[in-house]
Amino acid sequence: MGGLVFYSSSSGNTARFVERLGCDAVRIPISMKAEIPPVPDTFVLICPTFADGEGRGAVPKQVIRFLNAPERRAGLRGVIATGNRNFGTTYALAGRVIAAKCNIPLLYSFELAGTETDLARVKNGLDAFWETPCLTT
Amino acid sequence: MMPPHGPLRAHRPLGNVRQDERTHPMKEEIKPCAVPRAINWNRLHDEKDLEVWNRLTVNFWLPEKVPLSNDIQSWATLKPEEQQLTIRVFTGLTLLDTIQNAVGAPAMMPDAITPHEEAVLTNIAFMEAVHARSYSSIFSTLCSTKEVDEAFRWSEENPHLQAKARAILQTYAPGANPLKRKIASVFLESFLFYSGFYLPMYWSSRAKLTNTADLIRLIIRDEAVHGYYIGYKFQRAMERLSEAERAELKDYAFGLLFELYEIESRYTEELYDPLGLTEEVKVFLHYNANKALQNLGFESLFPAEAAEVNPAILAALSPDSENHDFFSGSGSSYVIGRAVATEDEDWDF
Repeated sequence: MGGLVFYSSSSGNTARFVERLGCDAVRIPISMKAEIPPVPDTFVLICPTFADGEGRGAVPKQVIRFLNAPERRAGLRGVIATGNRNFGTTYALAGRVIAAKCNIPLLYSFELAGTETDLARVKNGLDAFWETPCLTT
Repeated sequence: MMPPHGPLRAHRPLGNVRQDERTHPMKEEIKPCAVPRAINWNRLHDEKDLEVWNRLTVNFWLPEKVPLSNDIQSWATLKPEEQQLTIRVFTGLTLLDTIQNAVGAPAMMPDAITPHEEAVLTNIAFMEAVHARSYSSIFSTLCSTKEVDEAFRWSEENPHLQAKARAILQTYAPGANPLKRKIASVFLESFLFYSGFYLPMYWSSRAKLTNTADLIRLIIRDEAVHGYYIGYKFQRAMERLSEAERAELKDYAFGLLFELYEIESRYTEELYDPLGLTEEVKVFLHYNANKALQNLGFESLFPAEAAEVNPAILAALSPDSENHDFFSGSGSSYVIGRAVATEDEDWDF
């Protein structure tokens, strides 16, 4: 059974999605100086996109810092990206970048805090991916 | 999280006169800030200010960048009524950009909590002027002066367009609640534009006016950052309010959205009924209304099934970014990111 790790900036869209998902999840700290909490042995990462018009800066620095540690990266099994279609070709680009860098599948993309449809798809998708329902405490 | 007073008060933006000082003349003897302070970008109160400043400045563009004249032939293939609709839609969008440039963004500057927020708002104000100016570039490239003058006259006489402009301007008036002003501003940036943006995306999905669509996508990208940032500042301010005050503002936001939606529905019917596109445009409105609410930190209003936008329009909005769904087996599982994005110097591997 794998876990869930996510990053959400202080605008909180991803955090609101994870809260509605109702699974236990580890939040990557916003502060670059804060200690990163322990993560499950295997996990899926949910990551928002903050790219400029050329695609630079798509993956938040906090997530890059998180993935730079080989022992954490080793547990990454898939990525779910968020974004906003209004950013055109860079929509949810962070997911494509992380998938390519870490050689793991991009599982799903959704906009902002997600719709009810996104919530159901991710919930069912993750259960099927891990072949067991997510843990809640 | 910064306290509402203390350091923030000392670093109050130059143009900032506190809301309570403006609405309660009796308090006028309290001078806001004795020492005019220079803005120091190396001392941030809110990291988001610099993040958004960088994003907006890197994304800066001018209409001259887009080869609009390549659309002249395509324009000639539109029927006269389709041309008239397009000019009218763009005139309506020009009005909203004009309001946000001249009134909306400047009206939010006195409400800024940090000097950096004030600086970001000056960028937002200027880019709205660039957007308004862009529509005139489209007009001078594709249309006759007579057609354009007629459309500007139409924009002054159209009751629905005027109603939405007035509804927003009311909330920007001096003395209005700063947070209600932000709500209206997010609705303008993230909702009201979309009855208009639909049309160039529709043409683009049919391989028409594709250069014009490229320009509109630059505008859409800017408006997305504006709506996000103003919504973010709204959420920060909400955190400092009591439960009752938060509930009142939320009621206000949903009330205003209903009011604007009513106006938008009538505007949409009048414009799009002749082409039979009204229902599809309304779905696009629902979708964008939900996104505007998310920018404010609220839940969606319209159910997912009422906000399922035609995939051709979504593809026109974000070309080359297929919605990957590994879970349901559609889309490819391994996708190569753009080289530029994977070359970020922060990666260690």
